Amino acid sequence: MLEIKNLHANVGDKEILKGLTLTIETGKVHAIMGPNGSGKSTLSYVLAGREGYTVTAGSITYNGEDLLALKTEERAAKRIFLAMQYPVEIPGVTTMNFLKTALNAQRRARGESEYDAISILKLVRAKARVLQVNEEMLKRALNVGFSGGEKKRLEILQMSLFEPKLAVLDETDSGLDIDALKLVAEGVNALRSPERSMLVITHYQRLLDYIVPDRIHVLANGRMVAEGGKELAHELEATGYGDLGKVPA
Amino acid sequence: MSADTDTKDQVAALGEKYKYGFVTDIEMDKAPKGLNADIVRFISAKKDEPEWMLEWRLAAFRRWGEMTEPNWARLRYNKIDYQDAYYYAAPKSTEKYKDLDEVDPKLLETYKKLGIPLSEQKMLAGVAVDAVFDSVSVATTFKGKLNEAGVIFCPMSEAIRDYSDLVRKYLGTVVPVTDNFFATLNSAVFSDGTFVYVPKGVRCPMELSTYFRINASQTGQFERTLIVADEGSYVSYLEGCTAPMRDENQLHAAVVELVALEGAEIKYSTVQNWYPGDENGKGGIYNFVTKRGDCRGARSKISWTQVETGSAITWKYPSCILRGDDSVGEFYSIAITNNYQQADTGTKMIHLGKNTRSRIISKGISAGKAQNTYRGLVSVHAKAANARNYTQCDSLLIGSQCGAHTVPYIESRNPTARLEHEATTSKIAEDQLFYCLQRGLTAEEAVALIVNGFCKEVLQQLPMEFAVEAQKLVGISLEGSVG
Ligand SMILES: Nc1ncnc2c1ncn2[C@@H]1O[C@H](COP(=O)(O)OP(=O)(O)O)[C@@H](O)[C@H]1O
Ligand SMILES: [Mg+2]
Repeated sequence: MLEIKNLHANVGDKEILKGLTLTIETGKVHAIMGPNGSGKSTLSYVLAGREGYTVTAGSITYNGEDLLALKTEERAAKRIFLAMQYPVEIPGVTTMNFLKTALNAQRRARGESEYDAISILKLVRAKARVLQVNEEMLKRALNVGFSGGEKKRLEILQMSLFEPKLAVLDETDSGLDIDALKLVAEGVNALRSPERSMLVITHYQRLLDYIVPDRIHVLANGRMVAEGGKELAHELEATGYGDLGKVPA
Repeated sequence: MSADTDTKDQVAALGEKYKYGFVTDIEMDKAPKGLNADIVRFISAKKDEPEWMLEWRLAAFRRWGEMTEPNWARLRYNKIDYQDAYYYAAPKSTEKYKDLDEVDPKLLETYKKLGIPLSEQKMLAGVAVDAVFDSVSVATTFKGKLNEAGVIFCPMSEAIRDYSDLVRKYLGTVVPVTDNFFATLNSAVFSDGTFVYVPKGVRCPMELSTYFRINASQTGQFERTLIVADEGSYVSYLEGCTAPMRDENQLHAAVVELVALEGAEIKYSTVQNWYPGDENGKGGIYNFVTKRGDCRGARSKISWTQVETGSAITWKYPSCILRGDDSVGEFYSIAITNNYQQADTGTKMIHLGKNTRSRIISKGISAGKAQNTYRGLVSVHAKAANARNYTQCDSLLIGSQCGAHTVPYIESRNPTARLEHEATTSKIAEDQLFYCLQRGLTAEEAVALIVNGFCKEVLQQLPMEFAVEAQKLVGISLEGSVG
C-alpha cells in the first residue's frame, strides 16, 4: 500500500534522505529505528507533505497513487495520519472544536456528509474513554498545558477518530513514563487492523516491546541500512547502532 | 415652544427655499455635490427637523470650517476632497437592482458564507425587496415588546421630531460638537442613525440590533447614534455593518454617544465589515468614527466590543469617561487587516471618579501588506483614587509584509492608581499550520481556526448570534493570506 523508492529529500539546501527505499503492505506494522539525526522525522514529514521538505528524487506510491502530487490536507483526507513527536499547541481553540473541525474537513474533502456537534461529541467521548482522555481535557485549548502523556494520548485519540489507512507514529514513546507508555501502546494495539498499516518510528527498542512490529528497518544517515523481524530490536539493543551510521552515502 | 410648531415653521420656510434651489434634486431625493450651509439646511429640512437642530448643525458646520483634518494616526491615504461628495443622497451601493443576478457575485458569495438568509442578502445588496418579508412581522412584535417596557428605539431622525426634549438633553454631551474634525462634520451633516432610551430600572427585554432598523430605513454614511440608559437600567446594543459598499473610497464618519446614569449598564457590540478595497488596495471605505461613552452615574458600566474586519482605513477609538464613582469601562477589540487595509484603533479610558476600573483587551491581526495599530490612552485624574486598569494588547502577524504597532499612552495623576499593561506580538507558527493541515484542514481553514483562537477572549464578549457570524467573518477576511 506504500512504496517508497530511492527517496532523496532536502530540508532547505541540506540533503537528509539519501536514497531511502521502503515497502509496507496493507495491515502490517513496520518499525523504523535509528540514531538521532538519521532522518526519521524527516521521512515522516515527507510522507505527510510538510512545507520545506523537498523531494529531489525518487517516488512514493500510496495505494497506487503518486503521493507526492497530493497536498498535505489531501493526504490527510486520504487517511494518512502522522502522530507527531511534538504535538502543537493552539491557544484559544478547544480540543473538541479542533477534533470536530478536522474530522469534518476530512469528510468534506471525501465528499461525505459532515457530522453535527452532538454526533461528534458522542463519537469522541466513546473513543476518549478507552484512552483515558477525560472530558475536561476536551474542553481545554488544544495541547495547551497538557502533560507529555496527555499530548501523546490525544494524538492516539485522533488516530482512532480519523481511522487512517496509514498511521505514522513518530517517537510516540518519547517523554512517557512506563505507565503512560503502556496506555498509549494499548491504544495503538487496539487500532491494529488488517486494513490499517502503521509505521512506528522510535530510537529505543522499549516501545517495540509493547507495539510488536511485523518488520523492523534501521535508518542511518538518510538510508535504510538493515532490516529484519521483531527480534532485530533486541539485537540492536545489545550492539547499539554502532557503525551503522557510517555507511557511505 | 413645542417641537411640532418648530418643525412646521422650519419646513415651511425651508420648503420655499428648496423648491427653487434644488428642484430637480429634490425629485431625485439628492442634494447637489459639495458642502455648504445650504446643504446643511437642506438635510435638516428633508428630515423635518426642529429649529434647534438646524442651529446645532449650522454651528457645527461653521466650526468645521475652522478645523483641519487630523494627521497623527498611522494611516496613509489620499486626501479627501470634501466638496467632491454627496451629503444627502442614496449612496451608489444602495441603488436598487431588479434582480440578484445583477449584483456582484463576489458580494453574494460573501453573504452566502455568512449564512445570511436570501431575503436579507437582497436587502444588504440593495435589491428592491417586494412588499413584505419576514423581518417586517418580526419588527412589529419587537416594537410591541419594547413599548411595553417603555424603551424607545427608533431612527434618530424620528427621535429628533418625536422625542425632541430627550434628544436635546443628551445629544452632543458626550461627543461635543467641537470634539474633532470628523465628529464636527458628522454633527453638521449626519443623515440618520439610532436613538435608544431605556427608562429607570428597566432591563431591555431583548438585544437591540440595527439589522432590524436598517430594514426599515437605509442609514447613510454619517450616522449618529445616541443611547441613554437611565438609572439602574440595562441595554445591549448590536451594530452590524455587514453591508459592504462598493464605492470608491467612500467616507464614513459616524458618531456614537452613550450615556449611562447611576447603576446603568450599556453593552455596545459592533461587527464592522464595510468594503475593504480590493487585493490591490483600490476602493474601500474610509471609516473615521467617533464613539464615546460616559459613565455619568456612580456604579455605571459601559462595555465596548468591536470586531473590525472591513474598511480600507479605520480610525476609531471607542472610549469611556469614567465619571461616576465605582464605574467600569471595558474595551474588547478585534481588528483584522489584510491586503492594503490600514487600521489605527484603540480606546481611551478616562478615570475621573473614585474606584473606577477599566479593562482593555485588544487583538490586532495583520496580513498581506496591511498595517494595524493599537493606540490607547489610560488617563487617571487627580481625584480618581484607587483607579485600576488592565490592558492587554496582542498582535498577530501573518506573512512578512504586514505591520503591527502598539502605541499605549498612560497618564496618572493619582498615586493610588494601579495600571497594568501587557503586550505580545506573534506570528502564526509554521508548525501550527502544518499540524492543522496534517489533520485535514485547508490552509484557509487553519488560519481561520488559529486566528479565532487568538481572538477568543473578545469573541466571547459578543452575543451568541453575533459571535457565530463574527467567527465566520474572521475566516473570510483573511482569505488569500496564506498559501
Ligand atoms: N528544519 C531543519 N533545518 C535544517 N536541518 C534540519 C531541519 N530539520 C532537521 N534537520 C536535520 O536533518 C537531520 C535529520 O533530522 P530528523 O529527521 O529530525 O532526524 P531524527 O528524527 O531521525 O532524529 C538532522 O541532521 C537535523 O539536524
Ligand atoms: Mg525525530
